Amino acid sequence: MMNSTSTHFVPSRRMGIYEPIHQMGMWVDFKGNDCLDASPPMILEVDPKLDNQSEDTSHGTVGPSHKYDQEASKPPKVLRRLAQNREAARKSRLRKKAYVQQLESSKLRLIQLEQELGRARQQGLYAGSALDASPLDYAGCTNPGIATFELEYGQWVEEQDRDLSDLRDALHSSETRDSELQKFVDDGLRHYFELFRMKAIAAKTDVFYLMSGMWKTSAERFFFWIGGFRPSELLKVLLPHLEPLSEQQCLDLGNLAQSCQQAEDALSQGMEQLHLIVGEAVAKQLGEGNYLPMVGAAIEKLDDLVRFVGQADHLRQEILQHILRILTTRQAARGLLALGEYFQRLRALSLLWSSRPRESS
Amino acid sequence: MEKIGKVASENGVVIFSKSTCCLCYAVQILFRDLGVQAVVHEIDHDPDGKEIEKALTRLGCNGPVPAVYIGGKLMGSTNEVMSLHLSGSLLQLIRPYQHNLSSHD
Repeated sequence: MMNSTSTHFVPSRRMGIYEPIHQMGMWVDFKGNDCLDASPPMILEVDPKLDNQSEDTSHGTVGPSHKYDQEASKPPKVLRRLAQNREAARKSRLRKKAYVQQLESSKLRLIQLEQELGRARQQGLYAGSALDASPLDYAGCTNPGIATFELEYGQWVEEQDRDLSDLRDALHSSETRDSELQKFVDDGLRHYFELFRMKAIAAKTDVFYLMSGMWKTSAERFFFWIGGFRPSELLKVLLPHLEPLSEQQCLDLGNLAQSCQQAEDALSQGMEQLHLIVGEAVAKQLGEGNYLPMVGAAIEKLDDLVRFVGQADHLRQEILQHILRILTTRQAARGLLALGEYFQRLRALSLLWSSRPRESS
Repeated sequence: MEKIGKVASENGVVIFSKSTCCLCYAVQILFRDLGVQAVVHEIDHDPDGKEIEKALTRLGCNGPVPAVYIGGKLMGSTNEVMSLHLSGSLLQLIRPYQHNLSSHD
């Protein structure tokens, strides 16, 4: 059994799914072994549908080792019964196979549910423990503004998942009108705007926390850029799923991609400059013991950081708006679904990664 | 304030900036990448800097820097410049002032 020290994900092994099916006596020989591919079991259930005759079926319990040796010398009636028993056994094996397959898919479903549960716990967990973060730079337990943000973000993600599920259903139904889809698109965009609003408030409370990405899952942090997703990445993710596009749309999206990249590069270089300036301020006159003036000067320069995060979010917001404006209603709906699923997959990736079995050291 | 107007009208693209402001630096980079040699007026090195700062704030620039003027007209701060660029309008506005249209380093 896996002995996991991480508390936030319950592996399905603990649910006993991998244990042999003891209750299903008809598929297990008396030693309790799984005999899916073995010769017909000694305890044989004959399906009443298969055996129409009211004969005593006790002959079916004859051990397999004896059956074939003596077959030639048996009367036809017995031979027929033996054949029927073999047939019954075959069908029984097929039923067992189907049952096992059903168990397998239930197992997968269970893993999915546990992931969702784990994610919900993880969101709460970031507010209550030092998972992945050192006690010093984790602000959540001391900063009510950040605790609020985490709570609201957890709710935001749950709502997002529900909305995406509804959107998926709407898109897959042939009866959904464009006006309904447009409502989904408007609501979806508004939901993202809500997140940017929340982030702006959190940035004023603790911009380092927002920049750290600790409020997101680890895989999302891997792709992080100034407090969130990279706008140019957004376009790259969506483009293949928006086909077919008109010539004008291709042109518009191409121009958008270029200006987005330029804006992003400008902000990136501005951030590098900020690193330089803050680093120089902190490193000024080392070795003299007195750090207050230098650190004080550095803090002033960090005000810029809040503006940068705001600028990055502004870019994200504008990009989303422009993309959806260029697309038709149906394309926009598909785009929003694709985008939402992309982030869901990153979150799932993070959970799977953190719950993978670790070799004992 | 007249000084702002003077500087703005004498030059094509003007960025009122502070030497320590990294967002101003980002805007500079953007114009450079678009082939525009913007005039950067650092108000912290200007004796009238405090007044310029007040005037820019009154004009609606939150920051108050960067404050971007194109062809003598106030465009706004970083938000406005980014929005203009994404909508495609910025390129049209700076066309008379672009001298290098080849790709940057």
